[in-house]
Amino acid sequence: MASLDATKTAPAPGERPPRAVVGSQISHFEEEMFGRAFDGRVIRRFLTFLRPHRAAMAVAIACVLVFTATQVSIPLLIRSAIDHALLGESQDSALLHVLALGFAAVIAVNYAANFGQEMIVGRIAERVLIALRRGMFEHLQHVSLSFMDRTEVGRLMSRLQGDVNAMQEFLETSVFAIGDFVLLVGIVVVLLILDFDLGLLTLSVVPVLLVVRIVWLPRAREAFLRARETNSIANGALAESIHGVRTVQGMIRERVNYDLYDDLAGNNLRAHLRATKFAQVMVPIVDLLTGSAMAIVVVVGGAMVLDDALDLGVMVAFLFYVQRFFDPIRSLTMQYRVMQRAMASGHRAFEVMDVPLEVDDKPDAVSLETREGSIEFRDVTFGYVPGQPVLKNVSFRVAPGETVALVGPTGSGKTSTISLVHRFYEIWDGQVIVSGHDVRDVTQASLGHMVSMVLQEPFLFTGTVFENIRYSTTQATREDVERAARAVGAHDFIVKLADGYETELDQRGGNLSLGQRQLVSFARAIVADAPILVLDEATANIDSYSEMLIQNALATLLKGRTGMVIAHRLATVRNADRIIVLQDGEIIETGTHTELLARGGLYAHLYSLNYASFDDIPDALIRKAASQAAIAT
Amino acid sequence: MAARYGVPDRLRRGLGPFAATDDDPRGGVEFTVLLRIARLTLRYPWQVLIAVGTTVIAAFFQLMIPQFLGDAVDHAHGFLAGGAEADARAALLTAAGFLLGASALRGLFTMLHNYFGDSVGHCIANRLRMDFYRQLQRLSFSFFDRVHTGELIARGMLDLEGVRMFFNTALVRLVLLATLIGTGSYLLISADLVLGLLSLSFVPFVAWRSSVARLKLRWMWLLLQDRMAMLTQVMEENLGGIRVVRAFAAQPHEMRKFDESSLKALALAYDRVGIRVRNTTVMTFAYFVAMGLVLWVGGLRVIGGEITVGTLAEFLAFMTILQMPVRQLGMMVNAFARASICGGRFFEVLDLEPRVRDRPGAEELVIRNGVLRFEDVDFAFTEDDGAHKALSGISFEARPGQTIGIVGPPGSGKSTIAHLIPRFYDVTGGRITIDGHDIRAVTLASLRRAVGVVQQDSFLFTASIENNVAYGDPWAVDERIARANRDAQLHEYVGRLPMGYQTLVGERGVSLSGGQRQRLSIARSIMLEPAILVFDDSTAAIDAATEQRIRASIKDLAAKRVTIVISHRLSSLMHADEILFIEEGRIVERGRHDELIAAGGRYKDLYDLQILPGEDTGIRFADAGGDKPTEGA
Repeated sequence: MASLDATKTAPAPGERPPRAVVGSQISHFEEEMFGRAFDGRVIRRFLTFLRPHRAAMAVAIACVLVFTATQVSIPLLIRSAIDHALLGESQDSALLHVLALGFAAVIAVNYAANFGQEMIVGRIAERVLIALRRGMFEHLQHVSLSFMDRTEVGRLMSRLQGDVNAMQEFLETSVFAIGDFVLLVGIVVVLLILDFDLGLLTLSVVPVLLVVRIVWLPRAREAFLRARETNSIANGALAESIHGVRTVQGMIRERVNYDLYDDLAGNNLRAHLRATKFAQVMVPIVDLLTGSAMAIVVVVGGAMVLDDALDLGVMVAFLFYVQRFFDPIRSLTMQYRVMQRAMASGHRAFEVMDVPLEVDDKPDAVSLETREGSIEFRDVTFGYVPGQPVLKNVSFRVAPGETVALVGPTGSGKTSTISLVHRFYEIWDGQVIVSGHDVRDVTQASLGHMVSMVLQEPFLFTGTVFENIRYSTTQATREDVERAARAVGAHDFIVKLADGYETELDQRGGNLSLGQRQLVSFARAIVADAPILVLDEATANIDSYSEMLIQNALATLLKGRTGMVIAHRLATVRNADRIIVLQDGEIIETGTHTELLARGGLYAHLYSLNYASFDDIPDALIRKAASQAAIAT
Repeated sequence: MAARYGVPDRLRRGLGPFAATDDDPRGGVEFTVLLRIARLTLRYPWQVLIAVGTTVIAAFFQLMIPQFLGDAVDHAHGFLAGGAEADARAALLTAAGFLLGASALRGLFTMLHNYFGDSVGHCIANRLRMDFYRQLQRLSFSFFDRVHTGELIARGMLDLEGVRMFFNTALVRLVLLATLIGTGSYLLISADLVLGLLSLSFVPFVAWRSSVARLKLRWMWLLLQDRMAMLTQVMEENLGGIRVVRAFAAQPHEMRKFDESSLKALALAYDRVGIRVRNTTVMTFAYFVAMGLVLWVGGLRVIGGEITVGTLAEFLAFMTILQMPVRQLGMMVNAFARASICGGRFFEVLDLEPRVRDRPGAEELVIRNGVLRFEDVDFAFTEDDGAHKALSGISFEARPGQTIGIVGPPGSGKSTIAHLIPRFYDVTGGRITIDGHDIRAVTLASLRRAVGVVQQDSFLFTASIENNVAYGDPWAVDERIARANRDAQLHEYVGRLPMGYQTLVGERGVSLSGGQRQRLSIARSIMLEPAILVFDDSTAAIDAATEQRIRASIKDLAAKRVTIVISHRLSSLMHADEILFIEEGRIVERGRHDELIAAGGRYKDLYDLQILPGEDTGIRFADAGGDKPTEGA
């Protein structure tokens, strides 16, 4: 035992091991970095979501304009007060009272407009956000499973959450961006009208600011993105460590992980400090330019006042405008970043909505109304990748009430076959006929009620046991649910749970064993009560106790229904009325268990190999069995 | 004791443990939380000092600007009132110079205060991030059993952000506002009592409104988080279980679930927008009212000759300067609120004491013989749950070279036995010893080095296969890794991958089948050559023949070690030196395979169920791979 640690070379403190990382080191920020800030197609798509709110949007924009106008007019009121009431030929308190009243009116309007714009925009933003997310989500309910198969849930979630939220930010700020822009234009116009020369001179600082920002922006953006990227990498590593914490502790990786995470956190800290530097370096520049503009007004404007070429009030108004002038410029350039992000996000969000619906109801699709279930495949050819069919000219028929077991090695096309009964995918050639109708001619909803499906991995939803068994058959009563649970033998364990049928299941039913989850999913299929049952039997990783229950439940489930079962267990295979043996996408044998054994073909050979399931047999052995079978038959 | 070790009640609930209803918006604890964050900032005394110092200096420069403006106006006006023109021009020039200087310096110091303020936040965040990470790695399994991983991730990311923002957006801003408003008030009031009071009149109103808004918004933010989490769950489960959704044609049902959650969130979001808008607009309004009053009353005083136009302009300019920071008052108050919620949630995790930890003075476990003993072990998951023991009276001894098999129905406590050996949980009665040392008396690290548990659910990290195999000892020499790969029968599969051992697996990498994952997980554990090797139902997805080969490969390894095999599959453990049959936490049968078969009890029943003889051919189909002596030899 002393040799246990001998092979371990002791690391120097702080040294990082050669074969260790925490979290994923991949980032997804490139597209944002080079993304466009304006993408016509994205904007157009986005506008379709605003269309239902046209009227409200018009009001909001009107409010923004009114609000901006009142903002611009306040220094003008001050100017009038100074020039006409305070310094006029005859100092006039009556005029001052009038102006004060005018001021009151302006700020009342300002208040109303402000309230209007913020309230309307805020609410529309929330609604559009929900509509957008709903649109994506609903579309995902109908996209073909081949898309869902190759797309990670996490990626879709980040589009449904992160990207939609980025669009919300954009929407909220874009209306104010309009306001900022109008304010900017308003101030420029007013300055030039008040005094063209002084106005032009004062505005001369603007190009300087623009040049500075153009130089600054790409560098700063790179720094900001880098900060976000390091943050997301560090957070990803944290998430992974939490998910895998039991392994981390079991393998005493805490120290190593801590050091590695420290590196990631350190990168993140440095990137953020750098980004902060970039963000802050603009502050003194803007202030310097503001100071310059004020100095120009004071020196030049003051001289003009001295020369009687300018009213003092105009000079004061200029000073007020200059102080406010850089705010809209600053927020407009900030807006650029938001827009860039929104375009990238919008692009990703609409991409989801644009995933083609390969499987869709025909306009004249009929509803399957019969209770008699039959399945027929006529020369079905199908594959996931063009040129690589996984089913080739498959034909068979399952009569009403019959149970057929599908067996065959991994990759022989069993799962594809049962998926096609439900029209999860569109076939390349041939016909799949359910209860006398081509599946392409009937509505998917009615097909769903005709065919119920039990998957190999029982998937349960958060909610109570009762809700899970009832699932979408919402008209099912408590009695229906209990009857179904009894029928599959799930009732006994359910009533032993803390709250019986009202027990809340954890994430994915984590507080039930696999066998129990399987039984709940059987009960769910019973409640749905479809004439055809398609079932992918769980492989070996179910315990023998539940297995006994499940075998009984399976019999109950199939009673009085047309069944097609991907079978892994001997009992299931033997209880089937007929067995279809698939190999490389072709049916090579059909018959009862006894018939097939007698025939001495692939089935008999694979059977004699004595594996837990055909899925487990190494390829080499299958090839051997197949060639032996070919010789034997 | 329970409160000290246990998980706080609010953490126990799966989602949204901090539902706002549990949370008193006027909760008294928040001050201590803020104090704690403030204390953390003191670890960076220089940065804090610079940040606060530059903030005050920046505020003073900013306060000078209105005075210089007022002076400039008076100088420009002064000539009209009969001063010397040359003096006035010189004075204007001086005023402009001061304006420019004050403005530039304000910018410079604002840059510094923001940079240092932000960097203190980032440094604290970095430290807390590391503390959080360390803490998560040391908390016990019982904690992770009860707390939703998503909740912990949210705390580590979002709540950390709330704490980070505290220093700069709450504390430093408070200093800024206090200096601006405090000094400004002094200057204004000493210049003109009435006008000074008028120009400041909006400040208390705004402060009051933001405090009210803060309480409401904080409360609603919590609620909204909770509702958004539910919506996320609906979407996530839908996408994860898309086949079930399709199979039951349950899209309408799912859309109803989505709409229900999403409308709940919308209603709340509307209320939030309402509260926010009502407050921000009324605050702006109050500001303008004050400005109107200053203009009106000040104008009357100018007419009355009591003050100059320049003084009036100074008051107005001062208000302009105050407008921004006072508007930020809401942000600041929000930052305080957010920091107190986030900090509370964050520290709650940091302050937990792990249930399982080293005793003071715990010694290193030195393996001499490697004899494992269970002595009358009892275990219950919760302390108050004494009546419902997960294990009771478990005793057995295993010497090096021996294999103990553990079998029993699901939920009988088999895995719990495995989890007690490396102290993932602590026994509640009796004791477990290794070479006579109570495992609670030795250090966790040395114990876990000696015990390798191949867990049921094999978690893979986002890293190469090689890194995953070397997870427990990333310094391991190549040869050891290669041997583990061969012994776990991983080599053949990995050899076929284009990238071989460098293939990325885990969440972001290629997905492995259950059997491949389990083989990887076995390789990972046997590479460490622990003194006690526990297979916790970790071969369920591996076919019997491969399992047999693995067993044969590690024969030498096992010869010097205690091996514990927990399995549903009898073929995995019928070679064991002693088989324990567990039912409801007790050993109901024990002995060697042939003894148990001869005894004709539960074990025999299970054997009959699993090892079904093929009727006519004598071939065995089900999980019978292991009992064929020729296989894998």
